[in-house]
Amino acid sequence: MRPDKINELYFSDVNEPIIYDRRKFLKKLGKGIIVIFSLSELSLLQGWSQNTTADNEPNFNAYLRVKEDGRVDCYTGKIEMGQGVITSLAQAIAEELEVPLNTVDMIMGDTDLCPYDAGTWGSLTTRFADPVLRAAAAEAREILIELAAEKLKVSPEILEAIDGKIYIKNDTSKSVSFAELTKGKKIVRSLKKKPNIKKSKDFKIIGKPIISTDAVAKVTGKAKYSGDIKLPNMVYATVVRPTVFGSKKLKVDTSGLSAFKNVELIEDGDLVAVVHSDPEISYKASKKVKVSWEAPKTKVDNNTLFQYLEDTVKEKKIFIEEGSIEEGRQNSSTVLEANYHDGYVAHAPIETHSATCYFENGKLTMWASTQTPFGTREQLAKELDIPLENVHIKQIFLGGGFGGKIYNKQAIEAAKIAKLCGKPVQLVWSRKEEFMYDRFRPAALMKVASGVDSNGKLNVWEFDIYCAGTRGTKLFYNVPNNRTRIFNEDNIHPFSTGAWRAPGNNSTTFARESHIDVTAHAVGIDPLKFRLNNLKNKNMVTVLELAAATFDWNRKKEDGHGYGIALGEDAGTLVAIIAEVYVDKTTGVVETVKVVCAQDMGQVVNPHGAKVQTEGGITMGLGYALYEDIKFNGGNIKTKNFNRYEITKFSTTPKIECVFISKMDSKPEGGGEPAIICVGGAIANAVFDACGARVNQMPITPKRILEAIGNG
Amino acid sequence: MKQSISFKLNGKPVTLSVNGGVSLLTVIRTYLDKTGTKYGCGIGECGACTVLLDNQPARACMISMEDVGGSEIITIEGLSSNEVLHPIQKAFVELDALQCGFCTPGMIMNAYGLLKRNPTPTREDIISGMEENLCRCGSYNRIIDAIQVAAKEMTKKI
Repeated sequence: MRPDKINELYFSDVNEPIIYDRRKFLKKLGKGIIVIFSLSELSLLQGWSQNTTADNEPNFNAYLRVKEDGRVDCYTGKIEMGQGVITSLAQAIAEELEVPLNTVDMIMGDTDLCPYDAGTWGSLTTRFADPVLRAAAAEAREILIELAAEKLKVSPEILEAIDGKIYIKNDTSKSVSFAELTKGKKIVRSLKKKPNIKKSKDFKIIGKPIISTDAVAKVTGKAKYSGDIKLPNMVYATVVRPTVFGSKKLKVDTSGLSAFKNVELIEDGDLVAVVHSDPEISYKASKKVKVSWEAPKTKVDNNTLFQYLEDTVKEKKIFIEEGSIEEGRQNSSTVLEANYHDGYVAHAPIETHSATCYFENGKLTMWASTQTPFGTREQLAKELDIPLENVHIKQIFLGGGFGGKIYNKQAIEAAKIAKLCGKPVQLVWSRKEEFMYDRFRPAALMKVASGVDSNGKLNVWEFDIYCAGTRGTKLFYNVPNNRTRIFNEDNIHPFSTGAWRAPGNNSTTFARESHIDVTAHAVGIDPLKFRLNNLKNKNMVTVLELAAATFDWNRKKEDGHGYGIALGEDAGTLVAIIAEVYVDKTTGVVETVKVVCAQDMGQVVNPHGAKVQTEGGITMGLGYALYEDIKFNGGNIKTKNFNRYEITKFSTTPKIECVFISKMDSKPEGGGEPAIICVGGAIANAVFDACGARVNQMPITPKRILEAIGNG
Repeated sequence: MKQSISFKLNGKPVTLSVNGGVSLLTVIRTYLDKTGTKYGCGIGECGACTVLLDNQPARACMISMEDVGGSEIITIEGLSSNEVLHPIQKAFVELDALQCGFCTPGMIMNAYGLLKRNPTPTREDIISGMEENLCRCGSYNRIIDAIQVAAKEMTKKI
């Protein structure tokens, strides 16, 4: 799927799977039992999706193969970037197929081997790929039982699969292994009936805490990332960049290159690069290429940002409107209005965008740090004007993505350079390039108004969102009169922006949950009680109560400490975070002491993996809440490296406790993104509780806290 | 100017003819194909390229080859022997102290240096010793726990 389309979906709630294309690659596979399964048939799994298709063509998106040696290959277009699906998807397969987890091999994101996938984003994998693979595995198990029945000349009803073998029930003396059953056969089956998937009471692997299966490769340095691939005769590319984003090339002076041997200059439109077989020479030579650039006019900087957004963004539409705003205001004893601001933040994965590629007989093969291998294939085919089947993206680990690796600029650059120089090419962006082309989380402005009656019941809620989308903004509070409007406009930011872990939902959740606290305090009601009184969603009540009990909300506060709550919904998961902070009132420095997170994420496939993801989201979230802020003057991005961009570190990571609602027979919901959305609001509310500073702009810096104390 | 520089990499002697200004990181990754050591920032701010230089953790991106002559360098590839994981690696696996894994080799090498200096660190010692290594996935607490587990295991063996 192309980045623009993903962006549109990513900033909204995606509640159904994305339909896939058709592929004809089954003949490439060797022998074994192959089960294919289409997401469009997910309706077979009652309640898991409403999607149906009348199309009888094989339109599938997941398959697995039980091989002649009894091992199982799972083919999925999803990729592994640290979110742990390499482990949890294998768990789902091992569970249904009744094989040991370590016999499942995950073949991920290879565009020649795997079925099409729209990309690994939006916390979609566990929600939509996991059920598909489970169903396919259950079907494969049924086929194996049928084959065993023929072989053993017994009825299939008396057989059961255990640990990669099929036994006669209650008789372990006779068995036949999956390997024996698949030998010499090639059976391709498309799932046509509702598979007999297990109930949670029979789970042996789903719901068990499993350590990442790729951990050993990663601790030994053997795990390969796109910049670790070395090809014969490969050259290293360095792109010559302007200082201002969006600059157009005027002229190129290459006279400085005469001092270098075997350096080649590549020019293709605004792309100027040099290549050499030694990366140090490539880098040095690039410094000698003098390009004159025409920079776009500066319209905005950090100081004018929010006024600029308000003045410039005029396009608006109503997302949700219920009741009457006017009546709601009239019936409220207290009406409160406030604006909330959120600056630009970077994805800043430790692995910068990288790609290694080569052409052979007109076919491009590439390893790229991308969350969207199939999207990359599409982009490359278009940019290079070659057929789709002439682009092959290979499986590779990603050193973090967070939504930033769906745009693939580095892949396009590497491919163009490889085509022009006729050699295998590696392009690894420098950290400076990474910040320049990061596609930051867009700065956002939220205008909020709330009204309550004298009993503390919400009567009216007005939410105007500038540049943060609608994702997660459907109200889970009970407010009879409410309106949410979206203000958006293309190309208003001075550099590229895009999807950042739970796009938009961090900004809007910060605004909503801050304002809920402001409202609760205005009517003198405890923020926990105020929320419980006003919540509409019963499941959210359960989640909040679990968080409050785990945190022990009523425990005595130490001097200078404060507690703060935030609730949110993302990717089908309900989140409640309660944070404890200590604020030094003389310096404004915040120390996050503890964060408790409760989640209702449906079935938790791998409780250990879910915990790791949740902890990671909270840790990363403290960065946007307290530290991260891109400094810029128009397209001149002043934040160029980690020395000017503070992220959460060892010393600023608090104690974190994650608890999940147990719902093992439900469908699984998102896990990679949800927790992060509540960090900003919980911290803002805890800071207020600790020192009385209501900071309406993230990051909540010491300077802003001191200003808020002063003004208070 | 190219010069001949000899050093030990993971216990094996290496002699290279290189420009003295080339960074140790480029040499390890590109010339010697040890790609476990990662590039993260190029200015010594993130720690993804941490190796051991004469038993001290060092940022390979900040070290010029002319300063490496006669030194002993250990990279992540030199930590485990005969496929047996080093106790630090083992603890990182057991506590799943990693997600994307890109900062992991640097974290482990920095922890290795820390435990050489201080075999029985407190939690605070670990935080201050590891502070300049960045993990964007947010595995810090697990890394601290893993280093504590490894420290116990390593002191037990002595």
